[in-house]
Amino acid sequence: MLYFSNLKIFSVLAVIIITLLFAVPNFFGKDQLETFPNFFPKQQVNLGLDLQGGSHLLLEVDTEEIIKERVENLNADVRRVLKKNNLNYSNFKVSNESLKFIVEGFNSEIQKEISELSMSNSQNILAMGDQTNLIITQEENTVQINFTEEFIKQSVSNAVAQSLEIVRRRIDELGTREPSIQRQGSSRIIIQLPGIDDPDRIKSLLGQTAKLTFQLVDTSVNFDPFNPSKAPIGSEILASDADEEFKYIVKKRIMVGGENLVDAQPGFDPQTNEPIVSFRFDRIGATKFGRVTQQNVGKPFAIVLDNKVISAPVIREAILGGSGQISGGFDSEEANDLAILLRAGALPAPLIILEERSVGPDLGADSIEAGQFAAIIGFIAVIIFMIFVYRYFGLLADIALIINLFMVLGVLSLFQATLTLPGIAGIILTIGMAVDANVLIFERVKEEIRNGSNMMNAVENGYKRALSTILDANITTLIAAIILFFMASGPVRGFSITLAIGIFTSVFTAFTFTRLLISLNAKRLKPNFVGLSKNA
Amino acid sequence: MLNISGTQINFLKVRVITFILSAILIFLSIGAFFVNGLNFGIDFKGGTLIEIETSQEIEISGLRDNLNTLKLGDVQVQEFGSSKNLLIRVEQQLGGDQVQQDVVQIVKDSLGSYLSTDINFRRTEVVGPKVSGELIQSGAIAIFVAVFAMLVYIWFRFEWQFSLGAVLALVHDVILTIGVFCITQLEFNLPIIAAILTIVGYSMNDTVVVYDRVRENLRKYRSKEITDLLNLSINDTLSRTIVTSVTTLLALLSLFIFGGEVIKGFTFAMIWGVIVGTYSSIFVAAPLLRYLDVKREWNTTSAVDSTR
Repeated sequence: MLYFSNLKIFSVLAVIIITLLFAVPNFFGKDQLETFPNFFPKQQVNLGLDLQGGSHLLLEVDTEEIIKERVENLNADVRRVLKKNNLNYSNFKVSNESLKFIVEGFNSEIQKEISELSMSNSQNILAMGDQTNLIITQEENTVQINFTEEFIKQSVSNAVAQSLEIVRRRIDELGTREPSIQRQGSSRIIIQLPGIDDPDRIKSLLGQTAKLTFQLVDTSVNFDPFNPSKAPIGSEILASDADEEFKYIVKKRIMVGGENLVDAQPGFDPQTNEPIVSFRFDRIGATKFGRVTQQNVGKPFAIVLDNKVISAPVIREAILGGSGQISGGFDSEEANDLAILLRAGALPAPLIILEERSVGPDLGADSIEAGQFAAIIGFIAVIIFMIFVYRYFGLLADIALIINLFMVLGVLSLFQATLTLPGIAGIILTIGMAVDANVLIFERVKEEIRNGSNMMNAVENGYKRALSTILDANITTLIAAIILFFMASGPVRGFSITLAIGIFTSVFTAFTFTRLLISLNAKRLKPNFVGLSKNA
Repeated sequence: MLNISGTQINFLKVRVITFILSAILIFLSIGAFFVNGLNFGIDFKGGTLIEIETSQEIEISGLRDNLNTLKLGDVQVQEFGSSKNLLIRVEQQLGGDQVQQDVVQIVKDSLGSYLSTDINFRRTEVVGPKVSGELIQSGAIAIFVAVFAMLVYIWFRFEWQFSLGAVLALVHDVILTIGVFCITQLEFNLPIIAAILTIVGYSMNDTVVVYDRVRENLRKYRSKEITDLLNLSINDTLSRTIVTSVTTLLALLSLFIFGGEVIKGFTFAMIWGVIVGTYSSIFVAAPLLRYLDVKREWNTTSAVDSTR
């Protein structure tokens, strides 16, 4: 066991040196690293948001809203078909996921018509080869229509994918440094924003659906903005964006929508110097916009964002160029944000913020400093204690411990794992636990000597006997670390990573490096080297 | 020189006392759990946490009164490490996830107008009801899965008697750790779950080393009385148990003292866990084997042989 072939010595040292090389970049600044030769590793440990400062947001797409919208569309389709066929229906009920009504003369022809209309209105959502997206059941005159589960799932999945894209665009527009935007589970989005400790602006940008519509104001009724009467069929009452109390009555029909915009830019009105957002439509939008303005000169035209009226200017003349501007008494930052929202597009459903964790850069820096200091003190204490207990062997274990620490750092850099504050705690815990493998071996060696073995045999047997114990003991801790890795997220996950890496490196160094050191000194070893007095 | 090798302490003689002690502590822990309960942090209870640093010292009670006029329910203000660092906790608001977001702005505005000093917002955490419910569930599952995984592993590597003894010791450690949080009312949050899982790993690690020696001695001394054999095994491994616990505690103490306020609860749990875990492998796990009728005839060709 104590004999090391040259090849073995070479491979052990090679593994250690290579891992240590990966730790080196962490001790230099980014500029200094630039000057290093090309072959040299330059990756530094990834710092978690809790150490470098930044913001973590967990969002959820409001999937109920998506299903509700789908059911509403279906509702309109079904009524249209029934009307077209001159069928009288009653007891029309719209629930969360289905429609139910009583009708006479409902037959398979009509059923087919509804299916086809619904299919053609959902082209972008259906998977290839889907025959239908509806389940229609009829019991005498009672008809119930549901979406297939597959279709609901697909709708939600599409909406989440689309939301992810729009969130990404909105955040990119702000020029944030290296944001990470990921989907989690079926309907959630995780956003990591390094360097941002006050995500108010981002939260407000993400909190808006940004559905822009142009709707005509209903001028057919007398209307008191502060005390609105009921809206006639086909119209709705909407509040002003600037003043919740001030209401508008607008026609429900959407003349042009935000999906036809190709560009939006913040600017200033040359006459009033007021911040504005100027926008440009695509060809379809421009045509629609031109036609509406042509036909409604002299009438107020409401610009509606997320069901609130930004402004309702009177159309002075037909606007045929396909571009226009919005002014609504906002300041320049609001104008800028609105432009961002319009450029990025509307979210298919509202986003709900489930969790926010933001850390300022000061706290992160303080945590690193405190963690480093605690690591150094803990390290020194363990080193002294080991020498105190095991003398020369303790010193060898200490050298292994130092190597071990740098290897953890090297492996972290190599795999670009994220180091968090609990991760630093994991490293410090590793300092305490990493000596365990060596302790088990040394105790065995002592025992062998007490039982009358000579030094060489004692070391030899000590390693042999401790092996299975060391493996068993470390596997239990590893199991705990693995479970933690899969159950936890964020900073706590960082703890499981450093803990697991520490287990591997400490077992590795105990069985290769310390043993190598001992074998190189094998001939000169004396019992007191392992902390035994000569007469023991 | 420290020399704890070759001791012959009769650990099993005191087993009745230590069993009673453990029983009392478990009873106290369970009692405290039902009487006091855990002081859940926002990870599990939902709500808002804001850590601020001010340029001047702040009179806490005045600030607390001021924040309590905001009609946000219970608002707690406490010093965090120094008198210029304050931790503000606002309980979860009724009305779902979206409402929680407004709290931060309300508190920030109020702080801005009430305090005349510069305020540095060091940390802001908002956890909605949905996430906090999930976190508590996954935390509990993680601990159960970990304990179960240990049970299976030890059963696989040893015999069911060892597995049962080890897991009883483990449950003992987990209960005492949760108990100490119920009694001290220290905040129980996500990192504490991580600490408990690590304690599970550490305590098992300690127990495995003792059990390994028990198994070895069972093969070596076939006719030795079980009580003597267990005593011998504990004494054989005592030195290692103490040295490793001391090095681990040295590292953890350093982290507790110098590692900063944020990680203090986590470190406290770990320190407590290492102490309890060490105690339980000597005074609970090993003596339990005496009652569990361990097999005496070990097959020497078994895969788990360590005495070649």
